[in-house]
Amino acid sequence: MPEELNIGRHVLVPKHEILPKGKVDELLERYKISPHQLPLIMSSDPAAKEIGAKPGDVLKITRDSQTAGEAVFYRHVVKG
Amino acid sequence: MRIPKVIDGIDFGVMSPEDIRKMSVTKVIAADTYDEDGYPIERGLMDSRLGVVDPGLRCRTCGARAGECPGHFGHVELARQVIHVGYIDTVHDCLRATCRNKNCGRILLSTQKLEEFRKQLEDIKRNGGKWWEVSDQIVRSAATVEKCPHCGEKQLRIKFEKPTTFMEGKNRLTSSDVRERLENIKDDDALLLGIDLKVARPEWMILTVLPVPPVTVRPSITLESGVRSEDDLTHKLVDIIRINQRLAENIEAGAPHLIVEDLWELLQYHVTTYFDNGVSGIPPARHRSGRVLRTLAQRLRGKEGRFRGNLSGKRVDFSARTVVSPDPNISINEIGFPEHIAQILTIPVRVTEYNVEELRNLVRRGTDIYPGANNVISPEGKRYDLRYADREEIANKLEPGFIIERHLKDGDIVIFNRQPSLHRMSIMAHEVRVLPGRTFRLNLCVCPPYNADFDGDEMNVHAPQSEEAQAEARILMRVQEQILSPRFGGPIIGGIQDHITGAYMLTRKGTLLTREQTQQLLAYVGVFPELPKPVVREKGTEYWTGKQIFSMLLPKGLSTTFKAKVCENCARCKEEDCEIDAYVVIRDGQLLNGVIDARSYKALDRCEILDRIVKDYGTTAAREFLDRVTRLSIAAAVMFGFTTSIDDEDIPPEAKERISEIMDKARERVNKLIEVYNAGELEPLPGRSLRETLEMKIMEVLAESRDSAGTIAEKHLGLDNHAVIMARTGARGSMLNLTQMAACVGQQSVRGERLSRGYRRRTLPHYKPDDLGANARGFVSSSYKSGLGPLEFFFHAMGGREGLVDTAVRTAQSGYMQRRLINALQDLRVEYDGTVRDDRGAIVQFTYGEDGVDPARSDKGKAVNVEKLIERIIGGK
Repeated sequence: MPEELNIGRHVLVPKHEILPKGKVDELLERYKISPHQLPLIMSSDPAAKEIGAKPGDVLKITRDSQTAGEAVFYRHVVKG
Repeated sequence: MRIPKVIDGIDFGVMSPEDIRKMSVTKVIAADTYDEDGYPIERGLMDSRLGVVDPGLRCRTCGARAGECPGHFGHVELARQVIHVGYIDTVHDCLRATCRNKNCGRILLSTQKLEEFRKQLEDIKRNGGKWWEVSDQIVRSAATVEKCPHCGEKQLRIKFEKPTTFMEGKNRLTSSDVRERLENIKDDDALLLGIDLKVARPEWMILTVLPVPPVTVRPSITLESGVRSEDDLTHKLVDIIRINQRLAENIEAGAPHLIVEDLWELLQYHVTTYFDNGVSGIPPARHRSGRVLRTLAQRLRGKEGRFRGNLSGKRVDFSARTVVSPDPNISINEIGFPEHIAQILTIPVRVTEYNVEELRNLVRRGTDIYPGANNVISPEGKRYDLRYADREEIANKLEPGFIIERHLKDGDIVIFNRQPSLHRMSIMAHEVRVLPGRTFRLNLCVCPPYNADFDGDEMNVHAPQSEEAQAEARILMRVQEQILSPRFGGPIIGGIQDHITGAYMLTRKGTLLTREQTQQLLAYVGVFPELPKPVVREKGTEYWTGKQIFSMLLPKGLSTTFKAKVCENCARCKEEDCEIDAYVVIRDGQLLNGVIDARSYKALDRCEILDRIVKDYGTTAAREFLDRVTRLSIAAAVMFGFTTSIDDEDIPPEAKERISEIMDKARERVNKLIEVYNAGELEPLPGRSLRETLEMKIMEVLAESRDSAGTIAEKHLGLDNHAVIMARTGARGSMLNLTQMAACVGQQSVRGERLSRGYRRRTLPHYKPDDLGANARGFVSSSYKSGLGPLEFFFHAMGGREGLVDTAVRTAQSGYMQRRLINALQDLRVEYDGTVRDDRGAIVQFTYGEDGVDPARSDKGKAVNVEKLIERIIGGK
């Protein structure tokens, strides 16, 4: 993919990163949930593809927020 | 209460023929209901083994009486199989996804692919997802296969013809053919097609035997004339049985194929309409009178169907409804309650040794004397109706353990509601205040949350029965707890209209009141504080300012500074020296400077004072403040006198002249613009055509001239004018409304453009075609007061109609949107860890609103309002 098409650098695309495995367990423990109770994201999602996320990964998304300034969100990558 | 069985799960599935026969108490063969003597025919549709509906008779199956017998199913053996319309789509899917070869019947996908799908399906089912989407995908990919990968059979396309026929190539598939195909589907394949074998088999979607519902499901009614009238379902079943019988006879007699086919199709039609009389593709079955029959699907479907009408919309006891009317003298927490209604709605009270005497008195007074009681329930559960019982005897029998249902009385909590219940403030808890009259009375401050007015509105009341329900209502739903709206974090309950004008007149500069006047006002409010020192002493009379009186209602220690609604937003604020007294300063509960208007405590406005009181002093203080300040304002308005009439929009002749000059000039400028346009010299604006540019420029010129006409009118309407007081303080109306009345109504529009349609190339035949001038395109230069010309009036009606249609359409659209949104969001909730989750516990938002702040508990959207804190600590600037 040509460098200019890196959508991750677009202003409207919030920062996506793959959460390390250890952090994932910590997250699931914090909210006492199983992975499928997280919001989903398809592995074919352009933002997920960009950072090479595989089904089963958990993405940490840092968005700008009108109310909180910056808000952290997690999404579970599924096939699709 | 006896609970015979505990339900721990429900399975939905398809009934097998064996199941249907097993639950049946009788085979139904007669297409008749009752014989000449009015007795149910044996093995007929009203067979007494199917249950009883007539009082006095006993059920021949269970021996119970009408009302206790739940009814029992029967069955009809169908002479030929028919397809169940309810499953027609699934049948279609099964047919086109599987091999047409009798000996194969596999799904038309390779073993390897099926394995893949199987894994996917299991995975999704384990994690709780939309597994049916996989089944859909299987069907979609298998339907287009032309050669079976298992047996190599060529596959003909299967076409579905509404409502119940399938064509394979040119051949028509009979229901028996269809059933045969479905029988051939392997268990493993059925699973992939989304059929759970524990509760269904594909071939069960084709009926060989039809259950006959108990008579309790389709009771016949006896009319006064003694004529029996049967339920629609019974009629339909009669049709089915009759045709079924004829079909059986014809088959038996070896009738020609064609006749059997016809009867078979007729049977299919009757069974189809028995299930759903609204399927497209066939005419609906009708009653002899021509009325469309209401069969099974119609009973469930739609607004008045079983789900929306009976299950989510149950009728309730302990409720009342009547017209509402205003009462400014009761608290916002209260509801004025008619005595009639208080005598009918009751609350159960348990007798204790402490209240036994009091309750005895209520019982003695009975149902007709208020306050009394309607029923007494003994500890054994026996109910005495005090209308008929010996009340004295029961009163003497009363001892701890009895429950009496007493009339509602002052201070009881009831739930008050006005439809449409669009937000949670549409249902609030009020304290009963029994008053003479037949209407519910409510304080004017609670009109905005209910969106109520008094042009005939009716509202509902519910009386919570249990102590828990009453406590919950009181703590969570009481009006004072709802002052701040969770929608925007500001008060939705507050002063309206006269409350604002009254307070303004009281607190503006120059209001001086004598001792008598001061005490009159305070007496009306119902507070009797020690009067502060009078500000002026003149010729032996003492005078207090309105601000001083207002301050008496403010809580001690309240300090705030803000700009009133009347503020003109001068480039440099003169603060305390403001000519119109728009700079409000409150220090330690004293209104030192500024006037009170909409900014201070109007509902749905910025409500600086009320907002502060709720947040700093709590809801009880806020309720007290609001009750008192509204009474004070109204007393002040009454004392000073406040009226408005069309005379308020009078402007002097010079002003009228100047306005008409402006109008002439505007028309001229428009004509000049048109000339330039016609000459082709108009410079188009970027992204606009020439014509659009012209329209925009004309609109601009006309809007500007209306505004300048308005400004002239405004100059002659001072703050001593009552209409202006209302507009400027934000009590009611706007300055635009006033200038439209006094100076010029302005351009009428449809879809945001000047009027252009009506006749060919002109709006009305009074103008030349293609006249683009101001008047010809709906500019109204008259004012409402001077009156509109006939043509102006017509244009005004055009613009007005659009507004009317818009509101009608908007309410319908937004109502439907609201319904969809509520259906989608109703199960979401904020958990104790701050996450927003749905009913599966899946996370929707990791922190509510991303910042975890409840708008109603926040200060201007922040958890802590630092500026206010600083101001309070250092005491002003």
